[in-house]
Amino acid sequence: MQVLNVENLKMYFLTLRGWVKAVDDVSFTLDKGDSLGLAGESGCGKTSAALSILRLLPRNGKIFGGTIKFEGQDILKLGEKELRREIRWKKISTIFQGAMNALHPTTRVGDQIIESITAHENVSKKEARKRAESLLDLVGIGASRMDRYPHELSGGMKQRVIIAMSLACNPDLVIADEPTTALDVIIEAQVLKVMKDLQHKLNLSMILISHDLSMLAETCNRVAIMYAGKIVEQGDTASIYKEPLHPYTQKLVTAFPSIIGPKKELSSIHGFPPDLLNPPPACRFHPRCNYAMEICRKVEPPIVFIGPKNHSVACHLISGEKS
Amino acid sequence: MTESSMKVEHLTKHYPIKTGFFRTLISKETPVVHAVDDASFQIGAEEIFGLVGESGCGKTTTGKLLLRLIQPTSGKIYFQDKDITNLTPQQMRKMRQKIQVIFQDPYESLNPRMSIYDIISEPVHVLKAARSIEEIKDKVTKVMEDMGLIPPEEFLYRFPHELSGGQRQRVAIARAFILEPQFIVADEPVSMLDASIRSEVAKLILSLVGKFHISFLYITHDIALSRYMCNRIAIMYLGKIVEMGPTDDVIQSPFHPYTEALIAAVPVPDPTVKRTEIVLKGEIPSAVNPPSGCRFHTRCMYAQDTCKKEEPPLVETGKNRYLACYFPLGKE
Repeated sequence: MQVLNVENLKMYFLTLRGWVKAVDDVSFTLDKGDSLGLAGESGCGKTSAALSILRLLPRNGKIFGGTIKFEGQDILKLGEKELRREIRWKKISTIFQGAMNALHPTTRVGDQIIESITAHENVSKKEARKRAESLLDLVGIGASRMDRYPHELSGGMKQRVIIAMSLACNPDLVIADEPTTALDVIIEAQVLKVMKDLQHKLNLSMILISHDLSMLAETCNRVAIMYAGKIVEQGDTASIYKEPLHPYTQKLVTAFPSIIGPKKELSSIHGFPPDLLNPPPACRFHPRCNYAMEICRKVEPPIVFIGPKNHSVACHLISGEKS
Repeated sequence: MTESSMKVEHLTKHYPIKTGFFRTLISKETPVVHAVDDASFQIGAEEIFGLVGESGCGKTTTGKLLLRLIQPTSGKIYFQDKDITNLTPQQMRKMRQKIQVIFQDPYESLNPRMSIYDIISEPVHVLKAARSIEEIKDKVTKVMEDMGLIPPEEFLYRFPHELSGGQRQRVAIARAFILEPQFIVADEPVSMLDASIRSEVAKLILSLVGKFHISFLYITHDIALSRYMCNRIAIMYLGKIVEMGPTDDVIQSPFHPYTEALIAAVPVPDPTVKRTEIVLKGEIPSAVNPPSGCRFHTRCMYAQDTCKKEEPPLVETGKNRYLACYFPLGKE
């Protein structure tokens, strides 16, 4: 069953120098119980795409087109009040980047979770407290830490509190924006384990945003690679990592060092990500691409589907069925 | 790699914790943070020596100690067989020509109000290492070419905010290299950069070693990357070096349980690989009251009574490998 269906989403930011095309014509779908990794370098629009789903945009951000269907309902057509009451947190919740700053410093963590429950559901405080306690148990912190303040907890524990909070209203979809970037490797492994276990236990759908392809390789079953506001390739995790088709994906996949297996040379991409105020015409990757042809500078490559695995790519080098 | 570039012996840094006036009257000892405890290692010429550990383990403090930016509590630092532990600031200033540093964040380590030319040439001005303006200009353009900032004229009068992250870090590296140093402390030089650019800068650093006959102390939390960068690595835990040896040996057959856990925690960029799951429980204990005995025993799966009582010394276990553990892995 499809939980989320994003089609041709366009989201631009207005700046003094013009419109920044942060998300340009992005489409993807997410099935129930699936986890989708949204990968790309900083500034490629991955966070903007996710925030558009919740319509949590800064004032200068505007959605210019497309549809975001969540369980059949177009989120872009909902009123702000309805969205806040019915969808946000209750149906779709988020785990924000940097748990250190996402918690209120002078409120006990338990109360913060209780607040997120009572704000959305009509339950008594007693019942909310019971639920908050079981949530803290669920993420492995233990109900005994209900009355702690955030500064009494370590980074990994704070991140788990945030995870508990995101699950407070039994959402169908959780959007996690770089949930582990601020954490050390060992703590990162702990937090990811909690997230993976919960996803299976609760049959959650999840969107994981990260620049770290190694992390996504282990946690997601589908991956979408973004470059300069567009999704250039998406497919099953195995096929993205084993048979990447887009030149950018090929480079990116091999740019990460591996601790096991033979020591392969790390690839790098010359140049730097484009300015989204004036993105390169046609294929946005052509100035950095080793295989760029004449057509890449003139015509934007359409998204084509390859094979039975639901693998799609936007590159002139690849021919496949058009959607 | 016979001669040593940098050598430290029993290097220790304790930071006293400030307590109130009355506290100092009551308690005799002021509590201290054991940032670095009894670290000894040697970095050979043209060697990249990696210092790997989680945040708060003391790796950056070690880097600062080698630069003499902070004074060690005890221990000795030798640079090219010369004891630099107690040099006066004036003498150290001369030494700094040979010992330079690259910081983690190129967004913060470059002054936003200085042009690239000013940033790169500043060390020359400070140490009066050139006689004429022309000489400075020559030096700046040459070092910029070496760092891949080509053509230099295009960058000279720009400001940091006009450059991308990778270019900025190249500027920071150029600034460190303009005085032709012999030793560099690189504190997570690529961790702030994007993946596509990270490996480019990492390769640049690797190429500089042979070209300039330089050695590095490479501080990083990324053990996977250290495999590509470092000749030898030392694993730090709570201010102590727990294991040290040639990078490939340590990663392929770790002896210390902490090294094993650290390696197991690194995600692998390959969805078909199922890595062994060793997830350590809990978090790093406080460095104010480090656990007795082996500092890792509170989280160690193999800990026994001895580990709680006595501290294992760092001893050589064969072919260049050092270990501080009573019950090493793979050696029953």
